[in-house]
Amino acid sequence: MIEKGIDSYLSGVRRLNVLMEYVKFNQNVAEINASDLRHKELNDLMRFCAMKGARKIILRNVYGQRYIGTRLYFPKNIKLEIEIYGTPGNDLGAFLNGHRIVVHGNAQDGIGNTMNDGEIIVKGRGGDVVAMAMRGGRIFIRDSVGYRAAIHMKEYMDKIPVLVIGGTSQDFLGEYMAGGIVIVLGIGLKNGKHKAHYIGTGMHGGIIYLRGKIEKYQLGKEVGIVEMEKKDWEILERHVGDFSKYFGYNLDDLLSEKFTKLIPVSKRPYGRIYAY
Amino acid sequence: MKSYLLHDFIVERNKERCINCGACINQCSFGVFSKDEKGDIKIDERKCVGCLRCVIFCPANALVVRHNPTTYRSNPYWTREFIQDIKKQAETGGVVLTGCGSDKPYKIYFDHLLLNASQVTNPSIDPLREPMELRVFLGKKPDYLEIEFNGADEVEIKTELYPNLVAETPILFAGMSYGAISYNAFKALAMAASEFGTYFNTGEGGFPKELREKYGKNAIVQCASGRFGVDPEYLNCAAAVEIKIGQGAKPGIGGHLPGEKVTDKISATRMIPEGTDALSPAPQHDIYSIEDLSTLIYALKEATNYEKPIAVKIAAVHNVAAIASGIVRAGADIVVIDGFRGGTGASPKIIRDHVGIPIEVAIAAVDRRLRKEKIRNKCSIIASGGIRCSADVIKAIALGADAVYIGTAALIAMGCTMCQKCHTGKCNWGICTQDPNLVKRLNPNEAAKRLINLLRGWSLEIKEMLGGMGINAIESLKGNRDQLRGFGLEDWELEVLGVKGAGE
Repeated sequence: MIEKGIDSYLSGVRRLNVLMEYVKFNQNVAEINASDLRHKELNDLMRFCAMKGARKIILRNVYGQRYIGTRLYFPKNIKLEIEIYGTPGNDLGAFLNGHRIVVHGNAQDGIGNTMNDGEIIVKGRGGDVVAMAMRGGRIFIRDSVGYRAAIHMKEYMDKIPVLVIGGTSQDFLGEYMAGGIVIVLGIGLKNGKHKAHYIGTGMHGGIIYLRGKIEKYQLGKEVGIVEMEKKDWEILERHVGDFSKYFGYNLDDLLSEKFTKLIPVSKRPYGRIYAY
Repeated sequence: MKSYLLHDFIVERNKERCINCGACINQCSFGVFSKDEKGDIKIDERKCVGCLRCVIFCPANALVVRHNPTTYRSNPYWTREFIQDIKKQAETGGVVLTGCGSDKPYKIYFDHLLLNASQVTNPSIDPLREPMELRVFLGKKPDYLEIEFNGADEVEIKTELYPNLVAETPILFAGMSYGAISYNAFKALAMAASEFGTYFNTGEGGFPKELREKYGKNAIVQCASGRFGVDPEYLNCAAAVEIKIGQGAKPGIGGHLPGEKVTDKISATRMIPEGTDALSPAPQHDIYSIEDLSTLIYALKEATNYEKPIAVKIAAVHNVAAIASGIVRAGADIVVIDGFRGGTGASPKIIRDHVGIPIEVAIAAVDRRLRKEKIRNKCSIIASGGIRCSADVIKAIALGADAVYIGTAALIAMGCTMCQKCHTGKCNWGICTQDPNLVKRLNPNEAAKRLINLLRGWSLEIKEMLGGMGINAIESLKGNRDQLRGFGLEDWELEVLGVKGAGE
């Protein structure tokens, strides 16, 4: 029985057994027509497909459905390939656990929120809070992203999340960042200049690489600019290399320009504000 | 710079009793005691925090710790505390930190509420001989039940029920992170909750992997702004997930676990490098509105396959009722309200003592609002922040809560003496410290035993009080304000609390 009015996510949700007409199976590839599916219905179907043995899921006509990939946590660690045609909704790949998502189009806010592992490739632009609290895996955005990208990204040992942005970002990129790697390539910048402010405010771990012009006043006071070293170029070669491959750019062209490397000045930015 | 601060305590050693064993030297992590060249025990009482570890562990009962009688000229306005804090800030230029809940003498509404008992007209129940139900179900309840009768004695509920937590007593352990408290304290809480059939809350410092299998089914894991150790496995190993928006001791501000406390094991549990400050930003940056909160609630429901209730914890603040209504409408199954007396491992003192409202009025306001809007069944309310005894539990429930969280009381059961020095990381009782030499002082088995005893004692008392009212199930007391009377309260206070005055 449907409860009225109160729940925008669950009201009107149909049961799995009446949704079968939306799925087509072809061996281990499932294709879902998402056109009029609600968030939960689509994710119910995706989970069903994965449990039925699908290892690749193609989603057609996606119109803002949220949490794509989130419900695919299986203790057995099955890895899926998900292709999205259309525009996925907020929290695409939130808590993602090792799957690979390719979006043929733009994505909205919260891509890879608290993502644990896997890869998200967006052949378009991303919204706000991309890669918030991301903990592992890689996200590639072909164009630009909105505000507050990579907030509180963190790393542990060899679990280092990576976010590559082809264009630029808005303010507060890498705020509170505690680890991980952010690469902003600045492709197609007007006058070659980034416009974001407060980059790396409160940052206390990780690295941000910026290609394109950036002025000191655009940075948070907790970050400093340091010289690029050999291992930085190796990191860039690997991740920008994949970026070029995914989106058809020339790696040498992208790496021929100057990069600004930002790191936090302290692992403890707020260690000295207290009286004991 | 010479410190102008007066020391807080006087430590006196009875030389006739003292056997010079040096136990006090070993016990005090603050360095009050030492031996001079002659082998005599020396006391530097400026370092004493009044935690009483030395007093209790002195085998000769030779120590007395008391407040330093030397103080400033008496002035009810410029109290010793204000003068000391100003001097401390003048010397350091910092924010004054403290631990534990607010100790300020604000009015305590629990102490102005009196419980009812049956006399003549409605017989009281003796809980020792008659069944008494303390079990509570926490989570969303359906608007109505569809029931199908199959034959004479088979009844089936047709309505799809929401996942609920089942606690054998309406007392749960509040969120205290591994990092804020020691591993042994954390483990003791997990053990006690599991043995008693209630729940403990991991706080936001992650959940050590080796404890998950055994204690996961009694764990409520937190997803807070720092998102420490939050991965799908962490979310799915627990009984419920709590989104922490705020905390009674420090509403509106974040948390900093200083780098020196991020040891090897803590770094593994929080999944951040050793020695890095664990910063929990004040807001969750993906939540700037009720709609955003809803997005996270459903993200967590998606990540846990709709199998677990999702709780949202907020500090009790001025518009708490409206906020709670929004939280329920956003899809939360449990709303946790933490009053301004709530404890903390470290909080700016100024925030702890001046921000937020009492839990009693917050419960009453939230319960009334949710009832008025006819959405009270869509969530359970857990009240927390300064629950000191079983009477506080029962009063909180009569005001409208489903259950309570206890934090400070649990720590006191394990040995805490409320010295308010949690933020120093030198807790002599092995509770609020990461120093391995101090942590090993707390034996998790014994601490768990103390916690279980406390739960047992309070539960028995609750049964007695319920029986006295002629009620045989705690759920029948929920929001039953008829069982409360205010005493020494003004009209507006009675109105906010929704209770009558004594004698009415």
